[in-house]
Amino acid sequence: MARFVARRLLSALALLFATSVVVFGIFEVIPSYNPARAIAGRNANATTVQQVAQKFGFNKPFYAQYANTMKLIFTGQVIDYQDDLNVVDQFKQRFGATLSLVIPAGLLWLLTSIVLGSISALRAGRIADRTLMVLAILGVSVPVFLLAEVLLYVFAFKTSIFPNTGYAGISNPAQWAYHLVLPWFSIAVLSVGFYSRVLRSNLLDTVNQDFVRTARAKGLSGRRVFVRHVLRNSLMPIITIFGLDFATLLGGAALVTEAVFNIPGVGQYEAQAIGQLDVPPILVGAMFTAFFVVLFGALADILYAFLDPRIRLT
Amino acid sequence: MAERLLEVESLQVSFATEDGLVRAVDDVSFTLDRGEVVAIVGESGSGKSVSVMTLMGLTRGNNSRFGGSARLLGKDLISASEHDLERIRGKEIAMIFQDPISSLSPVHRIGDQIVEQIRAHEDISKAAAFDRAVELMERVGIPRAADRARAYPHEFSGGMRQRAMIAMALSLSPSVLIADEPTTALDVTIQAQILEEIKQLSGSGESGVIFVTHDLGVVADIADRVIVMYGGRVVEQGTLDEIFYDPQHPYTWGLLGSITRMDREPPRRLPSIPGLPPSLVNPPEGCHFRPRCPHEFEQCPKVPGLEARVDGSPEHKDRCWLSLEEKRKRRVVGDQIGLARETVIG
Repeated sequence: MARFVARRLLSALALLFATSVVVFGIFEVIPSYNPARAIAGRNANATTVQQVAQKFGFNKPFYAQYANTMKLIFTGQVIDYQDDLNVVDQFKQRFGATLSLVIPAGLLWLLTSIVLGSISALRAGRIADRTLMVLAILGVSVPVFLLAEVLLYVFAFKTSIFPNTGYAGISNPAQWAYHLVLPWFSIAVLSVGFYSRVLRSNLLDTVNQDFVRTARAKGLSGRRVFVRHVLRNSLMPIITIFGLDFATLLGGAALVTEAVFNIPGVGQYEAQAIGQLDVPPILVGAMFTAFFVVLFGALADILYAFLDPRIRLT
Repeated sequence: MAERLLEVESLQVSFATEDGLVRAVDDVSFTLDRGEVVAIVGESGSGKSVSVMTLMGLTRGNNSRFGGSARLLGKDLISASEHDLERIRGKEIAMIFQDPISSLSPVHRIGDQIVEQIRAHEDISKAAAFDRAVELMERVGIPRAADRARAYPHEFSGGMRQRAMIAMALSLSPSVLIADEPTTALDVTIQAQILEEIKQLSGSGESGVIFVTHDLGVVADIADRVIVMYGGRVVEQGTLDEIFYDPQHPYTWGLLGSITRMDREPPRRLPSIPGLPPSLVNPPEGCHFRPRCPHEFEQCPKVPGLEARVDGSPEHKDRCWLSLEEKRKRRVVGDQIGLARETVIG
């Protein structure tokens, strides 16, 4: 276990380093990218821009800029160029909204896809299965921004069943959930489509395994055979992809949903930063995501080893 | 006479596939008494596994069709409801499968898998069931059973896994034990030990054993009676001695002729039966063995009935039109039984 943790910590550091260098490097090579001009403003004269570049160190070599930015990030002093806000503080403030969005959405899509995937596998080839699988393709294919806008149009604009965007803190749970139902749904749809298809095919593979025949030969009820033997042995692959999907969403990959529904999460902040080529938030966002990817990769592996005794943590 | 456990009568199993209807089992009848070992012999695709799995209802499905009957102590298994079958499976009829590596759930402890079966049929506590699982594992020769019951299948060797399977199968003292090629995946020393366990079980007189195999050496070791299957049909059945010393069907001759023997000169080529097993979608008209049989004559396009054709042996039945004298003359190849001269000396 100690070896496992050490290994994962090392890979986390390596990944964070690689991510930050690549992201930082991208802005080095983007043509006509000039952060000093962005900071100084549209109407600044050449001297002002020069002064800004001097002040922020944009005229120094790449490695020096990189080192300086990293120092600012890890001492919590880095500010974005656009609004002079402390980036780390922004992520701290906004993370609650992202958690509110992503955790329930994750549970929703995981449970829904287990139920739908199971129904599909149990009814393989019949109408229920075919209908579900067509819907799953549809769910995977619909772009999130379109789905979110359509949901808003139907449920907030036309019928006002749900509020027209916005966010309420969890201190008022009813309002909180009321504002988040549509965002949860619009995040979950894509994953439900994908996960239920993956689970269905795993289930159909497992059903033909010899140990399932043994379970039936033992005289277990059909339900017990399915839940304890078939489903239990089919969950592994979707646990892995769940860990990764969940991690990237926490890191801000829900940015489209957050932007459309005006939820003040980290994704929304990242979306704004990307729109303005504001390097510090983009950089911190990428590293934030990389951190969660490593963390949830490790958690998924631990869960894996727990579910399948043949797997050892290394 | 021992109690009759199982009475299978003109059992038919077919599966609807894209290529057409596969007649996997076509008119199979046999009986099993308490304390008896009946071996079902045949090559892959002869319908032996499908026959025994059908007894447990394991071949049921949307594309399966059944005919005939199979009565366990008077109760028909073919028409039984799934609910009734669940109570019979594991308790009245238990099964040991061919591949002990894939036949145990990889994610559950061995002991728990046995406990699960006991508790599916008896209302006892987990702890009591676990104690019984440990006892059973000891009985089939698993050392340090109390510890090993907490191990997972991947921590067991193949032979130990098969013992665990046997412990599981014996957990509720079933009347009928079906062993579907239980030693095929094991090496010979382990095979001998496993066979010993099964012999002891039938020797106690409580259970009847159906032993499915393609290994005639194992059959000679363990069986009281032998059923030879070919192309979904029983082509010959009788006592062990009848089948080995007075075989009536050319296919049986071929099987016996293909045994290599330690007490004879090794053949230059291993003897085999020429040709391939028949397609079960479009089986040959009449006798299924006809296309591969060097003794075919004008009667053969008609299906021979499974009848007693040897005087004084009413239970020795076969499906071959040849006369008794012809059979006894033709089956002798060199100084032993075989299908035909050219198939023995390659």
